[in-house]
Amino acid sequence: MIAFYEFFVRFLPDMLKGAGITVLLTAEGLSAGFILGLLASLARVYGNKFVRGLAVGYIELFRGTPLLMQLFIIYYGLPGLGITFSREWCAFLALGLNSGAYQAEYLRGSLLAIGDGQMMAGRSIGMSRAKTIWYVILPQALRLAIPAWSNEPVSLLKSTAVVFLIAVPELMAKAKSIAAQTYDPIGTYLAVALVYLAMVYLLDAFLRWVERVSRIPGFEMEGRKA
Amino acid sequence: MLSNFFSYIIQGTAITIGVTLVALPFGLLLGLLMALVHTYGGKIANRLAAIYSLLLRGVPPIVLLFILYFILSGKVVNLTPFWAGSLSLGIVSSAYQMEILRGALLAVGGGQMTAARAIGMSRLQAIQTIVLPQALRLAIPPWSNEASIVLKDSSLVYALGVPEILRRAQQLSATTQQPFLAYGIAALIYFVLVFATNRALDYLSERTKLPTHP
Amino acid sequence: MTNPILETRNLTKIYGQNVIFKDINLKVNEGETIVIIGPSGTGKSTLLRCINLLTSHNGGQVFLDNQEITAKGHDEDKVRQQIGMVFQNFLLFNHLTALDNVMIGLTKVKKMPKEKAKEKALEELNRVGLADRADHYPGQLSGGQQQRVAIARALAMDPRVMLFDEPTSALDPELIGEVLGVMAKLAKDRMTMLVVTHEMGFAREVADRIVFMEKGSIVEEGSPDESFYHPKHDRTREFLWKITELYGKKEKEKGAVE
Repeated sequence: MIAFYEFFVRFLPDMLKGAGITVLLTAEGLSAGFILGLLASLARVYGNKFVRGLAVGYIELFRGTPLLMQLFIIYYGLPGLGITFSREWCAFLALGLNSGAYQAEYLRGSLLAIGDGQMMAGRSIGMSRAKTIWYVILPQALRLAIPAWSNEPVSLLKSTAVVFLIAVPELMAKAKSIAAQTYDPIGTYLAVALVYLAMVYLLDAFLRWVERVSRIPGFEMEGRKA
Repeated sequence: MLSNFFSYIIQGTAITIGVTLVALPFGLLLGLLMALVHTYGGKIANRLAAIYSLLLRGVPPIVLLFILYFILSGKVVNLTPFWAGSLSLGIVSSAYQMEILRGALLAVGGGQMTAARAIGMSRLQAIQTIVLPQALRLAIPPWSNEASIVLKDSSLVYALGVPEILRRAQQLSATTQQPFLAYGIAALIYFVLVFATNRALDYLSERTKLPTHP
Repeated sequence: MTNPILETRNLTKIYGQNVIFKDINLKVNEGETIVIIGPSGTGKSTLLRCINLLTSHNGGQVFLDNQEITAKGHDEDKVRQQIGMVFQNFLLFNHLTALDNVMIGLTKVKKMPKEKAKEKALEELNRVGLADRADHYPGQLSGGQQQRVAIARALAMDPRVMLFDEPTSALDPELIGEVLGVMAKLAKDRMTMLVVTHEMGFAREVADRIVFMEKGSIVEEGSPDESFYHPKHDRTREFLWKITELYGKKEKEKGAVE
């Protein structure tokens, strides 16, 4: 127990620094993924054949291969074509692109759940297609997507741990270097697991709160018509 | 040249499939056990199962993989990286599979258990012959999703030095100085594997569907 | 005779192999209420959607104030601002309060300043008797109230003509009266209306003209008295006989719409 305490005193600052980068990567990946996912889902639901094909290709490709694979293609593969990014950019790109594909599917599900009726109602008072999507369908679809979507931040936070394999100094990378110093890999990774657990727990609690305050009375996934 | 590339990486593919085929059934067995404990166990067993699930699902798989790997390839137990990695992945997956099966067990509902007990079956018999056959069918669609996640997560054993697809791609890229091609082929193989897995499980789901289920 | 506000000439809709309706010629004059009756599946709802350009047509023309709105290059959104539409299943915007449902067309389409839009929206809600429910979300309103808000939403755009697509058929019987009441009041105020409904009491009391449609064409049209008491065609008589047998009892209980 004393050893554990000393361990934390000695390495906590380092771990917190790593955790900070983990949180940053999560926030960046989530935001980029949200924008990508929104565009891809809109393209897949409302786009013409060509745009829809592009969106489907993007979504299926990134959901059909491991994140680590995507990370390596960007970090090791692209330089072969003369395209080079820094480690941090590679991590950001891989996480954002990967998360975007998953977020696109959450959003697509709720766009489809809104149904054609709302589009028709919007058009019937003279709104254009784009305006109806923006003012009528998206506000509803985004709220509807929250329960399913709220898995994504936690899932992405956990996913960020693989980027230590291209030496981005986030929490898992710190863990690796601490383990090398203490010669106690099991203890070290257990301690780091605790830090992850705390982050996941806090994030989850926050998302539940968001879910609660964004509710519209009488507006839920079930019990809605057309 | 391209066919040489392929045949080199294909050897890693066998290992990727091997890891998945160990991890997935092992995770299923463990997950099923925990789901049954959580649903039908006593108060303490139920609580323990819940904690098991929360702990494993709250930590990144790669972190758990490292912890379990160091335990399973340590002084007490000493497994090869392939086995230590595969079983570790199986343990990680068991928590997710447990949640899938728990949902399915709940969906079958207590009425089926009551009906089975009413015709004189023991609890165990009822679970085995009445509840599980229904629950497992219900679990197939979400379980398919987990299967493709395990297939994709098998890439994590790269970090333990197991020569699966990614490791092979890395070696190939180093010897040929053609990184994009090497990793591109690896990605293509993954895509095909995931696609085939999804299709196969869709088929299984279709075949095992009960005619009365909507 | 006054100029027709709305006119269709040989309007035709074909869906795949099915002729939904063919060569529909219809004139709606200013201030008139026209009720379209007929068996289900005869293309009445689709006709309204084609008039509002919500569904594409396959032949013929639609004129609004003597301008062909089906002409190529005509701004569909502009057209729909001038034609109000009320749907069978209300289709209120679920994420907006009653007030915001009525306001959104004013602020986003007509670009009206917020204060003015709010004033106008409250006026329209008042017209359908729901000013006190302005802050309620659709999920908190009864079906009848939702439909009245939907009417207010359409009225707020100051349309030249209002289309009603079976506005009461999704409602519980006890809620039908309040919606028909609002519509009757509109008719009295000389709003131009084209109504598809199965409410024969409403048709008889409120309509200036009744159009009987069957199997994609207009079988006959005339004043309510002509249509109800002296139908020219057997099919009209048959339909009216059936529908009064079905709905007659219910209407007697409810009493005619004043």
